[in-house]
Amino acid sequence: METKLPPASTPTSPSSPGLSPVPPPDKVDGFSRRSLRRARPRRSHSSSQFRYQSNQQELTPLPLLKADLKGKEVKRAALNELVECVGSTRGVLIEPVYPDIIRMISVNIFRTLPPSENPEFDPEEDEPNLEPSWPHLQLVYEFFLRFLESPDFQPSVAKRYVDQKFVLMLLELFDSEDPREREYLKTILHRVYGKFLGLRAYIRKQCSHIFLRFIYELEHFNGVAELLEILGSIINGFALPLKTEHKQFLVRVLIPLHSVKSLSVFHAQLAYCVVQFLEKDATLTEHVIRGLLKYWPKTCTQKEVMFLGEMEEILDVIEPSQFVKIQEPLFKQVARCVSSPHFQVAERALYFWNNEYILSLIEDNCHTVLPAVFGTLYQVSKEHWNQTIVSLIYNVLKTFMEMNGKLFDELTASYKLEKQQEQQKARERQELWQGLEELRLRRLQGTQGAKEAPLQRLTPQVAASGGQS
Amino acid sequence: MAGAAGPGIGPGAAGGDGDDSLYPIAVLIDELRNEDVQLRLNSIKKLSTIALALGVERTRTELLPFLTDTIYDEDEVLLALAEQLGNFTGLVGGPDFAHCLLPPLESLATVEETVVRDKAVESLRQISQEHTPVALEAHFVPLVKRLASGDWFTSRTSACGLFSVCYPRASNALKAEIRQCFRSLCTDDTPMVRRAAASKLGEFAKVLELDSVKSEIVPLFTNLASDEQDSVRLLAVEACVSIAQLLSQDDLEALVMPTLRQAAEDKSWRVRYMVADKFSELQKAVGPKITLSDLIPAFQNLLKDCEAEVRAAAAHKVKELCENLPIEGRETIIMNQILPYIKELVSDTNQHVKSALASVIMGLSTILGKENTIEHLLPLFLAQLKDECPEVRLNIISNLDCVNEVIGIRQLSQSLLPAIVELAEDAKWRVRLAIIEYMPLLAGQLGVEFFDEKLNSLCMAWLVDHVYAIREAATSNLMKLVQKFGTEWAQNTIVPKVLVMANDPNYLHRMTTLFCINALSEACGQEITTKQMLPIVLKMAGDQVANVRFNVAKSLQKIGPILDTEALQEEVKPVLQKLGQDEDMDVKYFAQEAISGIAARARKLDFPVKDSDEPSVPGADKNHFWRPRGPREDTGKFLPLMSRHKGTERLGWLPRRQERQPSVGCRCSPGQPQHWDSAAAHWGQCCQVTLCTVSRGGGM
Repeated sequence: METKLPPASTPTSPSSPGLSPVPPPDKVDGFSRRSLRRARPRRSHSSSQFRYQSNQQELTPLPLLKADLKGKEVKRAALNELVECVGSTRGVLIEPVYPDIIRMISVNIFRTLPPSENPEFDPEEDEPNLEPSWPHLQLVYEFFLRFLESPDFQPSVAKRYVDQKFVLMLLELFDSEDPREREYLKTILHRVYGKFLGLRAYIRKQCSHIFLRFIYELEHFNGVAELLEILGSIINGFALPLKTEHKQFLVRVLIPLHSVKSLSVFHAQLAYCVVQFLEKDATLTEHVIRGLLKYWPKTCTQKEVMFLGEMEEILDVIEPSQFVKIQEPLFKQVARCVSSPHFQVAERALYFWNNEYILSLIEDNCHTVLPAVFGTLYQVSKEHWNQTIVSLIYNVLKTFMEMNGKLFDELTASYKLEKQQEQQKARERQELWQGLEELRLRRLQGTQGAKEAPLQRLTPQVAASGGQS
Repeated sequence: MAGAAGPGIGPGAAGGDGDDSLYPIAVLIDELRNEDVQLRLNSIKKLSTIALALGVERTRTELLPFLTDTIYDEDEVLLALAEQLGNFTGLVGGPDFAHCLLPPLESLATVEETVVRDKAVESLRQISQEHTPVALEAHFVPLVKRLASGDWFTSRTSACGLFSVCYPRASNALKAEIRQCFRSLCTDDTPMVRRAAASKLGEFAKVLELDSVKSEIVPLFTNLASDEQDSVRLLAVEACVSIAQLLSQDDLEALVMPTLRQAAEDKSWRVRYMVADKFSELQKAVGPKITLSDLIPAFQNLLKDCEAEVRAAAAHKVKELCENLPIEGRETIIMNQILPYIKELVSDTNQHVKSALASVIMGLSTILGKENTIEHLLPLFLAQLKDECPEVRLNIISNLDCVNEVIGIRQLSQSLLPAIVELAEDAKWRVRLAIIEYMPLLAGQLGVEFFDEKLNSLCMAWLVDHVYAIREAATSNLMKLVQKFGTEWAQNTIVPKVLVMANDPNYLHRMTTLFCINALSEACGQEITTKQMLPIVLKMAGDQVANVRFNVAKSLQKIGPILDTEALQEEVKPVLQKLGQDEDMDVKYFAQEAISGIAARARKLDFPVKDSDEPSVPGADKNHFWRPRGPREDTGKFLPLMSRHKGTERLGWLPRRQERQPSVGCRCSPGQPQHWDSAAAHWGQCCQVTLCTVSRGGGM
């Protein structure tokens, strides 16, 4: 409306009451873009040196950080030397140096992480803030790693110093925004887990606390992917049968992790962990799939595609006996995905039928699966806007027909009837609620009118009237 | 259909009752099992309907057990359920039976999803108040204890919120047990539980006996405040406020202050931030003496903290801190101990810190008085007015009123002007929008002369901004200015400039004229509107751009109420009729809208010839808002009554119109006397004509 053009032929209306004719050159947007043009060069990414109003400002060299430059260089050299030494020389890790080494490491790496510069940091979009002291930190981490990996390293001595508190602080560092730091931490924690048997349970517990806080309290923790990666390898090594503690971790921590907004950052690692669990113990399948269905994304199509991907990974390793238990709710969800207006979701769901193993499972249970999905497929094949989806659905319907022609025909025949029944049910539901609402109103009036109105007598009356309507 | 649904599910559960009376619970079960979450949700949201239909007894014996058993669902359904149950006491038979609601709520308080749990706890807290003391001890307290010893963290976190509601009404023996429970939660292994306990510590302390606070709460507080996780420590700061209020000065110094000092220097910035954020509360809680000895130095440190977040939080509190200092010696303290730090913050490297400071710094001038303000604060204001970050400048400008009261705005005006001009031309339109919003305020403080001289041109320039939002804001700004400076000023300075734009080659500018007229007509009154604005509007009806033409129609509808009948009849009507025949569909549409709008108004404006005929008591007058009935009109129709506030709103510019209260739902018998003066009769004709036009237009 705002930018409506004058009609193509613009004769000035003959009867304009004494109006001085408006000059003809009327542009669609008559405003000069002067201010825009001026604005361009001002874009300077909020650098204080380029503040726009002070056009006279000259660039001045920043003051040199000469304060500790020398000291820093000395420290760097010393660290380099240490790294070199612990990596190549044998016999240097004698017992008295352990407390000093751990102290040096603690003093250097343990710090409260600074507030994120960008509170809405999106790990997929934004550049992470890199740690300014990395030149030193890296050397300390490197030293720590070599220390742990040294053939001379004795966990029995080190465990006096690498205690629970130490591990807790180490875990807190996983929130660092700097991916380089997290990478080091990952390797280090993995080694710690491997060498300190006494800390294993504690590490697992603290990880689950971090995850739970991440899921239910903060929705912000940078190192989830790294922690999950370590857990993946930990789960791989679980002894059978699985302890209750581990199963609980799967059901109460890993599955709810799917509900987090930033799932895409760590989904691959998470799916790996879940599948690891299922390969260890197939009886968990039902729990896992029902959990995923519970947390199935309602509005985020991107996440839906991820869920479908994970589901296929799970189906790849599922045992037929487990498949039977969840086939119905699962395929109802798949059908819902197929009917998604987002074609990527629909496409991803339809790709299930390209998977030989899944197809064989469907075929074995076609009397349950087919009725669960048929209605939706049939409807979507007629309605979906995307031609690729429509043709994919036709292929699926064709496979169904070949799979069990008789059942297919029956379903086609009963499709219309079911639609009508659904509508009928909806109507009945509405009437029921209306009846209830009337009943409620009458009760309210009853209690208002005569406080002691016999409620018992009212009930059948109203119910009967509800039945008649 | 009820019969169909009832027996379908009912028979097994029916028991002795007839099927008919059973149908509500059958409905619920049926709906709760529905595949569609939305339908499940709907049925839960109408739970009270069902309960009412069932009656209290069956709600207790059938509905609640059913709900307790079926708690495994979508969180959204559970949330609705938790909310509903909080208001269910009446539906289960009053306070004597309130405990029946505990089992389902207990299960809900253990689910994973925080929102559901919180809601369940909220409902439990609500219900706890409705319990009799006996029931509280017999049912509620055991529930709290069960939750507190649950094996998954969820139930223990929920328990934390329930201690304070059941403690005051419990017996002494139970009280000891409750305290013991809370103690164990404060030292729980799971950080989530410790956080929950820490966040409820203050609340719990308030209901405890003073001795218990000293002997039990303080140690817990000290422990939580030195927890290994900063997320726990920071919650202890909050608790500190409540605890400090309960203790005497000596106890405070001995029991709380060491911990608080430690918190203010915590190695985690989150804890320090919390101290800064709660600073005013802390200050009030510890009293003036400790404030001077401890809090002021702590505050100084927070103001120069290494993390910008902390500095910004502290900067926000500067004014409140100063205000709450004891009046005696306040000035000296501020001048010597606070101001030096503020001065440094003015040139902070972080813009959030600066803008936080800018939002409160002006408030100091009232506290420090005129001389200090001029000597010490003014340079800071001026520096901030030149700050590179627009938000800082805006914050200063938006708080000018504080300074105005103390030193008058003249002191600032020299620096103010460049700052305003620069903001007014900022490249970001949101900044421009923000400064426009302060314009009326500034105008009020700077006075009309200064305004005309310096700022008027800015206000006019915004009218031709290339962003619509700015133009729109500029028009409403003009209206506010007119309200401030009066119609004469408008007539001399604003109106001519606005009207000149009607001849602008750019149609957007021409439309701006119309928008300005829409906004200004009300404030300018009938005379200016009729004599100066209306001719221009009418002239623009011949514009070659359709957008302008239909906006003319809209404007005419807008200013119609202000014009007198004659102008409407002789000038407006022909133009609108002509526009109603326009070749453009939209123009036609809006012209017809305007015609019917004005016609409807015309009908409402009718009033009796002689006021003295009937005393105009509100509500007594019955035949007030009838439209006159012409020969061709269907007499059966009544117009909707004009709502009262609209009447008062228009009262200002409707001479002779009287305030009447419409009597709702009255009927007019044909024989009732009608009072029309000639003007009203004229209105009647006028609207008949327009109505015809409308009906003709509608038929086309």
